[in-house]
Amino acid sequence: MSKALYIDYHKCTGCRLCELVCSVSHDGISNPARSRIRVMKWEAEGLYVPMSCQQCQDAPCKLVCPVKAISRDDEMGRVFVDYDVCIGCRSCIAACPFGAMSFNLKDKKVFKCDLCDGAPQCVRFCEMKAVDFIDMDEVSIIKKRDAAKRLSVAGKEAGALEAGLHR
Amino acid sequence: MPLNRKIAYIDLTTGDIQIEPIPLEARKKFLGGRGLDAYLLYNHTKKGCDPLGPDNTLIISGGILTATCASATARTHIMAKSPLTGLLGSANMGGFFAPELAWAGFHHLVIKGKAKHPVYLYVHNGNIEIREARGIWGRSATEAQWAIREDLGDQEVKSCVCGPAGENLVRFACVMTGIKNSAGRTGMGCVMGSKNLKAVAARGTMDIKIARPAEALEYNKRFIDQIVSAKVNQTQGTLGTPFIWGATNSWGGVRCRNFQYNQCEYADDIEPERIDEICEETMGPYHMTGCFGCQVHCRAQYKIPDGPYAGRYDEGPEYTSLGAFGGETDTPRATTVLTGNHLVDQFGMDNLETGSLIAWAMELYELGIITAKETDGLDLRFGNDEAVIEMIERICYRKGWLADALADGGIAASEKIGKNSFDYLIQVKGMSNLHSDERATPGLALNIATASRGSDHLRSRPAIDLYHLPQTVLRKIYSNPVPYDGPLSSEHTEYVGKPWQVFWQENCYMGVDCLGICKYHTTFLGATLPNFEDWSKVLYYNTGLQMTPEEIWMVARRCNMIERLFNLREGLTRDDLKKGDMLNHRYFDEPCRRGAVDVIGIKIDKEKFMRMVDELYEHKGLDKVGVPKPETLKELGLENEPSHLI
Repeated sequence: MSKALYIDYHKCTGCRLCELVCSVSHDGISNPARSRIRVMKWEAEGLYVPMSCQQCQDAPCKLVCPVKAISRDDEMGRVFVDYDVCIGCRSCIAACPFGAMSFNLKDKKVFKCDLCDGAPQCVRFCEMKAVDFIDMDEVSIIKKRDAAKRLSVAGKEAGALEAGLHR
Repeated sequence: MPLNRKIAYIDLTTGDIQIEPIPLEARKKFLGGRGLDAYLLYNHTKKGCDPLGPDNTLIISGGILTATCASATARTHIMAKSPLTGLLGSANMGGFFAPELAWAGFHHLVIKGKAKHPVYLYVHNGNIEIREARGIWGRSATEAQWAIREDLGDQEVKSCVCGPAGENLVRFACVMTGIKNSAGRTGMGCVMGSKNLKAVAARGTMDIKIARPAEALEYNKRFIDQIVSAKVNQTQGTLGTPFIWGATNSWGGVRCRNFQYNQCEYADDIEPERIDEICEETMGPYHMTGCFGCQVHCRAQYKIPDGPYAGRYDEGPEYTSLGAFGGETDTPRATTVLTGNHLVDQFGMDNLETGSLIAWAMELYELGIITAKETDGLDLRFGNDEAVIEMIERICYRKGWLADALADGGIAASEKIGKNSFDYLIQVKGMSNLHSDERATPGLALNIATASRGSDHLRSRPAIDLYHLPQTVLRKIYSNPVPYDGPLSSEHTEYVGKPWQVFWQENCYMGVDCLGICKYHTTFLGATLPNFEDWSKVLYYNTGLQMTPEEIWMVARRCNMIERLFNLREGLTRDDLKKGDMLNHRYFDEPCRRGAVDVIGIKIDKEKFMRMVDELYEHKGLDKVGVPKPETLKELGLENEPSHLI
């Protein structure tokens, strides 16, 4: 069963440790510009949203690649770049709707999340579990449960409100 | 490499900028951050320089481990001669500025001179540019940061700024970054204002090569596991620093009505759980945020629930704001605390100093030492919420006679107000105390009396003294990395052993400040957290620099001694009430009126206190009047200061 990154931005505290450990584990270097995951922030609202590769089934980066360097690795549940084939044209960066494909000026290479070959460091270090790694078919059940909880609370509140109004 | 980050010397008068490497010799002696700042300040200012003149040197830095794979290396340090105290000016803050500065290629910025008109510095990938800030001058601390992002067309820029209080030369103006991270104490924002320097903006994408990445990563994970497993950090990550308020107030350890009481009654509305409820109601279930790379996430997010500023977003309030705008002024209402916290964040003004001075003025008003004439008709009695909020704004903009006087700091204001107003001012070395009351804790009293930047809880506080830890645990903590076989007491009301604890903590806190790590990741509030031994490893894994725990201890001692040398040069004398290591007479004369059985009726015994100071001096290698002995300077390699290494 392949797993997916599951990002719940509500839980994100905005600390950016994921960016740090991503760049250190991949490149041995601290530099968010090298990180495969980036936290987008709206500080004035207290809103932080981690962004990474969605590992699309029908990936635009794969479709646009002129030399077929990008392929799907279904076993690992990821979209993968073969650097022996990649010509560094950066078409994939232009095509990605999430900004998940980046380019490293020093190494002159595109790079993206590779799920750390099945043990993502961002997940390992995120105590909040704002970034989690779970079975793909479990993603929706978590969301269902959360939504159901909200609905039931809303229902109770509406009931209480009504009771108050009719008193 | 972290060690190849540069130092820049910027002259705002001439526009000259010089960029230099930091020699390894300086690293080994002072590491970085606060320690190297202290060396730079001592070497780059002349005795008696005007804190608000062009000769004062403002130093902005990250620690040696900033932005590396050590945990929570978010701290920015700021140093200059203080316009509040005339002694050491030094303040430290979290956020995201220092890491950005490091990715932009720098660890230390040494800023001299005065710009002809408002400017800001833009530090970007090895370059520094002085840019126009006339359009940004006058804006609040947050608005200024967003304006700089617009000006540079880059939303990832991180800035540290002074707010309107700094521009108006309020002597205790902060340097701010983000929503509420503040280098709060000793008026570093005022120094920025005096130099026409609105902000320093940083943006960087330069690699920091980690010496041993695999080890650094694994050690970081171990660090984090240790840190998040500590109960104190779990509580902090849920309730933020206000969690301290609940315990200390019910115990009787917070100042109320300036210094009249040691407990704030009817404070249910500002209990940590109540503040947490407001955060949850206004920001949802996940309302905690953190600084760079930190898993403690101790900062709450909130919107002001009601009142004239209802709906405004801010972060905090910290423990300190609960005391400053709730306890000391006896206005324990959530709206008042949250509003006060928001205003000082926007103005860029030290919440501790502001609340403390307002509470002092309130006591003077109730005693008739100042009247409605001096307050311009404001009814400045304790418990008047509107008056507290009004005074915060008046101080920032120096509106009216009293606020203008207070904006110059407590000692200057007491000279202006006259009579016996000074007797009521709770300060050391010209800096107001935190809202805590140290009469039941001689160790903490010794800490505030002798801290290098004035009355201060973050420079040598043996906070774990309140936990009544068993002897064996105390022995384990305080006999490393150098042996100590003198007495230690688990009893917080005792005097024995406390000087060693204060000495040890002083070196511990200097250690983290040199590394650039947060104090919540060391022996401050949690007894089980990492210190010297771990730092030695984490330093090696990240920078390749090999130093033993004992060597790091020596660096800390050396840096503390440089701060001492600076203070002595600028006029510190041991028993001077305004410039010395001495407490206000009220600690010795007025017993605590409220609190638990081990607190009520207690006060500091002056004779024992003086003996503690003597003993602390001995540990530090100072003579009876607090001046370093020649052999101490030799031991620390400071016999030739100023040595102008950099």
